[in-house]
Amino acid sequence: MGEVRINAKDMPYQVLNQRVRALVASGEKDIILDNVLGQRFIGDGIRGDDVTITVNGVPGGDLAMFMSGPTVIVHGNADHAPGNTMDNGKVVIHGSAGDAVAHSMRGGRVYVRDNIGYRGGINMKEYQTKRPILVVGGSARAFLGEYMAGGLVIVLGTDGVAPVSGRGVGSGIHGGEIIVRGRIDNTCLGGGAEQKKLTEDEKKAIRPILEDFVRTFTIDPDPVFSAEYSKIVPASKRPFASKYTWE
Amino acid sequence: MSIGSTPLKYRVKIDTERCMQCKRCIENCSYGVFREEGDGIQIQSRNCVACHRCLAFCPRDAIEIEEKPGDYRSHPVWTREAREAIFNQAKTGKIVLAGMGNALPYPIIFDRLLLDACQVTNPSIDPLREPMELRTYIGKKPSSLDLRHLENGDVQLCTKLSPNLQIETPVMIGHMSYGAISLNAQTALVKAASRIGTFMGTGEGGLHESLYPYQDHMIVQVASGRFGVDINYLERGAAIEIKIGQGAKPGIGGHLPGDKVCADISCTRMIPEGSDAISPAPHHDIYSIEDLKQLVRGLKEATEWKKPVFVKIAAVHNSAAIAAGIARSGADAVVVDGFRGGSGATPRVFRDHVGIPVEAAVASVDAKLRQQGIRNEVSIIASGGIRESADVAKIICLGADAVYIGTSALIAMGCRVCGTCYRGTCAWGIATQKPELVARLDPEVNAVQVENLIHGWTLELAELMGAAGINSIESLRGNRDRLRGYMLDEGLMNVLDVKTVGA
Repeated sequence: MGEVRINAKDMPYQVLNQRVRALVASGEKDIILDNVLGQRFIGDGIRGDDVTITVNGVPGGDLAMFMSGPTVIVHGNADHAPGNTMDNGKVVIHGSAGDAVAHSMRGGRVYVRDNIGYRGGINMKEYQTKRPILVVGGSARAFLGEYMAGGLVIVLGTDGVAPVSGRGVGSGIHGGEIIVRGRIDNTCLGGGAEQKKLTEDEKKAIRPILEDFVRTFTIDPDPVFSAEYSKIVPASKRPFASKYTWE
Repeated sequence: MSIGSTPLKYRVKIDTERCMQCKRCIENCSYGVFREEGDGIQIQSRNCVACHRCLAFCPRDAIEIEEKPGDYRSHPVWTREAREAIFNQAKTGKIVLAGMGNALPYPIIFDRLLLDACQVTNPSIDPLREPMELRTYIGKKPSSLDLRHLENGDVQLCTKLSPNLQIETPVMIGHMSYGAISLNAQTALVKAASRIGTFMGTGEGGLHESLYPYQDHMIVQVASGRFGVDINYLERGAAIEIKIGQGAKPGIGGHLPGDKVCADISCTRMIPEGSDAISPAPHHDIYSIEDLKQLVRGLKEATEWKKPVFVKIAAVHNSAAIAAGIARSGADAVVVDGFRGGSGATPRVFRDHVGIPVEAAVASVDAKLRQQGIRNEVSIIASGGIRESADVAKIICLGADAVYIGTSALIAMGCRVCGTCYRGTCAWGIATQKPELVARLDPEVNAVQVENLIHGWTLELAELMGAAGINSIESLRGNRDRLRGYMLDEGLMNVLDVKTVGA
């Protein structure tokens, strides 16, 4: 089957999402949504590893929420929490995204070419073979990767921007890692997080992810590969273990 | 250590005249109170938590457990509990972790409310003779109906109805996760719920594969940690509940320690084995009432608007205004969990001091929703400290549609309210993941007991309603006229909107 296009101009989100769902159910693999402007929940709860939904415009909040398998490509910016509690699949945003990007994500990848808002990657987790990955080309704001229980967040800070300059990075992190270009100021680290230099071996390990990212957005790879990186990891596996005593 | 040891909480004694040395006490105690030494049984009373497992299984009634055998000098301000918490924190410098619900002797509003009955002028109804309608529908009700009269005389309903849960009695079983309680305990509870025609909550622990056959009677919870939440889980549940807060710990999150995350729990929660399961205090995608609306709708979109979505909050000072926001978020029910609600583990300071009674919270939520003309938008589910059918009747009179029970259902399975759930060594196989302890709880036998309890309450409710001349639960709901306050102050009677006895 070829591509199917929906003109989403002035279309309420429920109608749009019902149509997408019906197309996926009928076996369509390549769905293109034109003139999207603020429609929420695109790709919410959709299954199908071989389905691609292309969004031309600016989708509303919770893009690809609970999604399990498909690829969503956005030609524009995204709102609040793309990839929220996503289980599997890929979200590619050719622009910036709002707060809580990849919130509670358990699997799959979210790529944001430019910047993200507050609380990116918050509460991400991993399970068995599932390891969620969030890569941000530009910068992220405060509370990045808080309460992370697993997964990988990479913030590249391309074009020389500071990857994160807000506070609370990795507060309560007890699994997974946050990798940033250069170093973040230690005053930006949250409680329970510590910053270490990324070794050459570790950098090699993330190289395929970086290659995929620069290829996706046709970014000049050299500055990305040649840069130094740091990782922010849990200071302890059990940040709350020593807080309590039994009655 | 300068504090030294404190007086025993319990003294355990074995009457040697009666004891036949069967050693069942040694086998049953999971806290290490009894041990065999030479010809006798040695007792370490300090380990006792008064779970009564030994006492329940002693064939000769030879065991006696005495509470506070030696106490401190009595003092009305410096209670034993106050002094012991200070000793504990002086030694550790930590937050005191406790179990079960509020343990301070606050007055219980339920016990100061009395129900009405018919005498002479309007006859009571005998439930044996007349049908009693206890069936309840949980979910949004239309504010008006659009009907069309057809030519053949039939009437067609044109209003699109929202999905509702049909329950045969206004009693559901609240959310207790796999992790907080054992799988055998969850299995017993859901078997009972399915036989009664009611529902049970999964808690924030995912849905274990072995419970899939009962999924039509399960309400799946989405809490701040999002454990076990994926599209399959959402589709399995009969309804979805967003947990914002819990009466036993309003405003804070929860931590299931990694040592309780065994292979099976790891699969159900979808986290690695042995890792801490940390639920943050807020949902980090909900920082406002608009964000809540976004999650309610996100869940409905994911499940194609086929399932009711509940929102559970702890009863706090502004519950009424919060519930009005929830009613406008598109949610189908609001669960109000009072300050007596139970928990496997909660900081003592929160358990005992934060939140308000469910009676006052439900009455004010109901009143606010009625004032704003949106009571039909949501059902109200009350929970936290519902001990008997009279509590169910009273809270329905105060405006609830149904209740969730937790501790009552656990007591029906043997729980003695010892309050040490957080230790993970529950001798009754309820609040533990130790296989040898879990195996003590037979899901089938306990399902029957829980079913019996709810059945008994349902019969009593029908009797109470009949005595009041009411034959349908709808006529009891919000019916303050059938309640009177006994020794309640005027301010509280205004909040509850009830008159005093004699008036």
